[in-house]
Amino acid sequence: MAKPSGEFRLKGINASPGICIGKAYLVDKEGVDIVARYYVEKEKLPGEVKRFKAAVKRARDEIRSVIDDSPEELQRAHILETHLALLKDKMLYGKTIETIETEGVNAEWALKQVVSKIKSVFLSMANAYLKERASDIVHVSDSIMRNLIGVKAEKIADIDKRVILVARDLSPADTSQINLEKIKGFITDRGGKASHTGIVAQALEIPAVVGLKHATSRIKSDNLIIVDGNAGQVIVNPSEKSLVKYEERKMDYEQYRAVITRDSHLAAKTTDGINVDVMANIELPEEVVSVKNYGGDGIGLYRTEFQYMNRTIFPNEEELFEKYKDVVEFMAPKPVTIRTLDINGDKAVSNQNGQDEANPALGLRSIRYCLRKPDIFLTQMRAILRAAAFGNVRILFPMIAAYFEISEAKKLLDQAAGSLEKEGLPYNRDIQAGIMIEVPSAVVLADFLAEKVDFFSIGTNDLIQYALAIDRLNPNVAHLYQPLDPAVIRLIKMVADVAKDKGIEVHMCGEMAAATHHIPLLLGLGLDELSMNPQSIPHIKRVIRSLSISDARAFMQGVLKKRTARGVFELVKEAYGDLLDTGYGMPRGG
Amino acid sequence: MKENQELQKVTYINNELGLHARSAARIAEIARNAKGAIWVVKDDERADASSIVDILTLACEKGTKIRIIIEDWADTDILKAIVDLVDNGFGE
Repeated sequence: MAKPSGEFRLKGINASPGICIGKAYLVDKEGVDIVARYYVEKEKLPGEVKRFKAAVKRARDEIRSVIDDSPEELQRAHILETHLALLKDKMLYGKTIETIETEGVNAEWALKQVVSKIKSVFLSMANAYLKERASDIVHVSDSIMRNLIGVKAEKIADIDKRVILVARDLSPADTSQINLEKIKGFITDRGGKASHTGIVAQALEIPAVVGLKHATSRIKSDNLIIVDGNAGQVIVNPSEKSLVKYEERKMDYEQYRAVITRDSHLAAKTTDGINVDVMANIELPEEVVSVKNYGGDGIGLYRTEFQYMNRTIFPNEEELFEKYKDVVEFMAPKPVTIRTLDINGDKAVSNQNGQDEANPALGLRSIRYCLRKPDIFLTQMRAILRAAAFGNVRILFPMIAAYFEISEAKKLLDQAAGSLEKEGLPYNRDIQAGIMIEVPSAVVLADFLAEKVDFFSIGTNDLIQYALAIDRLNPNVAHLYQPLDPAVIRLIKMVADVAKDKGIEVHMCGEMAAATHHIPLLLGLGLDELSMNPQSIPHIKRVIRSLSISDARAFMQGVLKKRTARGVFELVKEAYGDLLDTGYGMPRGG
Repeated sequence: MKENQELQKVTYINNELGLHARSAARIAEIARNAKGAIWVVKDDERADASSIVDILTLACEKGTKIRIIIEDWADTDILKAIVDLVDNGFGE
């Protein structure tokens, strides 16, 4: 047997800054307690089946002894008799054995698979009483599982202390089901820098490390762990020495945050007197509070997908309008940039379960989806135009890849305004309209597209992904996702140059805008506005105040000659090295 | 065995709570003694009558029309016993 404790470290990707120390809590993708999966050699399968049968027998003995102990409670004994019968039910018992044998997996995993399938059938039932019958099956399978594993695992719904969530991956739907106040930090096996887990963690201002590969297999529930979201590291079973060291680092970091937050409400003016607006990206209306706290100059990206997720019918206009109005009123007179529905690969709308797409990133998503479903699109645009009567609203169309898409979107926007006019509802059509530049074709066509809009907003997460053909959630290639790639820099430059030429503004709302070492570059390229997660705002404002635009422009001349991301990064380090040293919690490396 | 060679009877769930775990267990108990397969069918969905879990997944509320199907003529008594049980509301 291995030693019960002993410090070890896991290296991952820093997705949200900060440090936390606490107990691990393992969940799997469905938000239920994790069950190990491993393959069993063919000749050992009969042994695995035997192990399962033995667990069933022990569960049977347990139930039997409860029945024997309570002879008077007839009602109770009745249901327990049913539980006894369920233990040997062919859909549970037989199917589990079949799964062990055909898939060659361990008994725990086979049982879990079988029960998940049964549970999903019950979940779709309308009759509340019959739906509840799933609990009988769950109860029985839990007692088998307990006898297989040997311990009773607690349930996620019962967490009453603050823990660090350890999962393979967390989708937007998963995170929305977890009681987030109970979570100190996130760590996941999968995911890259800009994954949803990181975005949620940043919004909650808790640390997250992703892409750890083996976190769920090497960490057990209740292990003491330290999550260093600044360095992208997790320390399991820390020694006394590590604990002391990280307690200190944690305090240092929190102090630093307090210092930079103090002057965050002042404008970000460069040393040569140019104002750069530093805006916030938000997903939930509730985040507006942290936008104000951190001194955001407005909202550069309000993602609107959240209201469409985890539900079976789409939100109606009134519901959308109320939320938008809350945000717009709260931020007024500062601008709120509302991006229209951008359903993407990892944010599926639950009532749109059509056919699975082999390649969702290139599929029917975002503006393509909205133009295909004008009713849904018009409903949202009416809500946006109505909210615009209460403050400073800009509308932003995502994933524009062709000229006709922005023409059609604007036609529908006029149609939405026309219908509001006819109904006599208060609205404001006089709002700025912009497009996300996140598909390479939009960069190439930027001069045409500029005719139709008031501003461009560069979405670097997707632009980099599409331009470099890198899935940033795939840990095998995530390291190739390089914002400083010369190809990416040239694309941004093309967009910025066209915008200047056509007299429209150019903004950036991807994660690229939140990293210290990108700022000299972005200023040199001529970005008018940067938008990022709210808690990065104070730091980035500070960085901007220490730079001069004219220096940054001169610096860009050198950058444009570099042939590799590494070369660009070295140049940044050479010219702005001292700046990087202050980059607490900001991504290192290039 | 083909569809037209099966024997079947139609009945209605009349106990208050519908076909729940305990009642399903009683059907399954009887069905387990059959020679051939016994099916509980609601609309077009069929469940193995010897499995409580399978019967429960049909979600039969009070008033649901179900068909009990046997595949072997030797199981006629079992068919009758199950239909009687359902007709009597499982004695509840």
